[in-house]
Amino acid sequence: MSEIFSPAFVPSAKPAPVASEGAGTRAVLIGIAVTFLALFLVLPLIAVFTQAFSKGIAAFLDAFREPDAWSAIRLTLTVAAIAVPFNVVFGLAASWAIAKFEFPGKSLLITLIDLPFSVSPVVSGMIYVLLFGSQGLFGSWLIDHGVQILFALPGIVLATVFVTFPFVARELIPLMQEQGTAEEEAALTLGASGLHAFRTVTLPNIRWGLLYSVLLCNARAMGEFGAVSVVSGHIRGLTNTIPLHVEILYNEYNFVAAFAVASLLAALALITLVLKSVLEWRFAGELAGGRAH
Amino acid sequence: MVETPRPRRTFRRPSVIPGFGISFGYTLTCLGLIVLLPLAGLVVKASGLGLSGIWEVATDPRVASALRISFGVSAVAALVASVFGFLVAWVLTRYRFPGRKLVDAAVDLPFALPTAVAGIALASLYAPDGLLGAPLARLGIQAAYTPVGIFIAMVFIGLPFAVRTVQPLIAEIDREIEEASATLGATRRVTLTRVVLPPLIPAVLTGFALAFARGVGEYGSIIFIAGNLPYVSEIAPLLIVIKLSEFDYGGAAAIATIMLGISFLTLLAINLIQAWSRRRFGYV
Repeated sequence: MSEIFSPAFVPSAKPAPVASEGAGTRAVLIGIAVTFLALFLVLPLIAVFTQAFSKGIAAFLDAFREPDAWSAIRLTLTVAAIAVPFNVVFGLAASWAIAKFEFPGKSLLITLIDLPFSVSPVVSGMIYVLLFGSQGLFGSWLIDHGVQILFALPGIVLATVFVTFPFVARELIPLMQEQGTAEEEAALTLGASGLHAFRTVTLPNIRWGLLYSVLLCNARAMGEFGAVSVVSGHIRGLTNTIPLHVEILYNEYNFVAAFAVASLLAALALITLVLKSVLEWRFAGELAGGRAH
Repeated sequence: MVETPRPRRTFRRPSVIPGFGISFGYTLTCLGLIVLLPLAGLVVKASGLGLSGIWEVATDPRVASALRISFGVSAVAALVASVFGFLVAWVLTRYRFPGRKLVDAAVDLPFALPTAVAGIALASLYAPDGLLGAPLARLGIQAAYTPVGIFIAMVFIGLPFAVRTVQPLIAEIDREIEEASATLGATRRVTLTRVVLPPLIPAVLTGFALAFARGVGEYGSIIFIAGNLPYVSEIAPLLIVIKLSEFDYGGAAAIATIMLGISFLTLLAINLIQAWSRRRFGYV
């Protein structure tokens, strides 16, 4: 009883709302959630960096003295430089057609665009092997004509485009649908050409959503493993992307080098997350669904 | 004087906005060439095998055990991810605490971190001499190179799906309903189980289905920690890769078809539950 009358007891300004849990329960639940996330999500990320530097900075840098590491980095950048712009153009076209016009079968079209998200990465690579592999549907034709798709750049690009296919479109379609067509119609009535209206009205309206989707698309394009692993053929120095190079180093028990190269991708993931969160906090209203957190 | 065109039935509703033909045509061309045609190739290959051919592959002991492991472990992992995902979503939307935004951003880590990087990180953490593997080993649990490792990797990649499907719905709950329930004499526990939770169940189920489907198809984050012992810790996607490297395209296509079939049935079941919930409660 005494503590009630002691000066240390200050009744809280706001009575505990009936529509919430007690402070004790709240603290326990927050504790469990944060501990769980720290153990399951954050610790693996920290492990990448501690393992990469476990033998010192010199050993870390040694991983990048290998020409194979550089050819993997070059290949990954090349693949992303083709796949991401392709998906941007596709996403812009698809969202323009779907969001600005009314036609039957629209939701079927959206479902089909989303399809690659529900296909296993390994199956995403496999479908191109079934088409272009030596035993595949077009395999013998390709061999006769000396065209190399599988185990070469075109196959890796195709598999990457497939797994990142929905990223830009599924962000831009709802965003453009929210914005409607009134502003474009106004621009057109005032004499702007279609392209001019797109450049000066539509593009500024969707720029943050576009940037948001490009970030996620790029992260997936550079980090894709399963699909690319199936179509690449793992030719060292030729068809290995960064994730495949990491796999090879790890399987050769060259752990420091594996984690050193992996830390590049982990850093990319961190940068992506930071930029994505900044976009969500600053421009929530200009992203699809007003992604406020 | 411009002649007014006669109204005629068109595919799309008339509009002054230009560029439908080119954007629609380009969309269909890309979709067809990159997504639909290759997937059709899989269907052609699988139908070439026939049902008996697919059944033959499915009943091969090694394939059957890989499918059992993939679907069984993924179901358990999705369940755990759903429970903790719900807790995380609840804590993030309902409570205010320092670092909340940071925690919220961290939930998307498995989306951003390449699967191979997550895979080797998990393998090194849960190896018998790893940071988390060593204490687990003292408890008599070997995580790496067993189905436990597969489970851990599947929880890792499934968690964001579980959190992000429930989170917006928790944010939308009308707090006044909870206050009304409390005013009418319900304890907090009764309010939670009878008023708050029922409308969230369909979203939790959707999160479960997404995490489950992702876990079944996942490859990169699992193969390093799984050890890939046939009949013990070999997952179905790895078996597809092995069959492809042996040029057994038919076998690979058959496993892929079975996986797609079971995933489709799971999603169908979830959709039916949601449709039932919509009829029963009037919401999804």
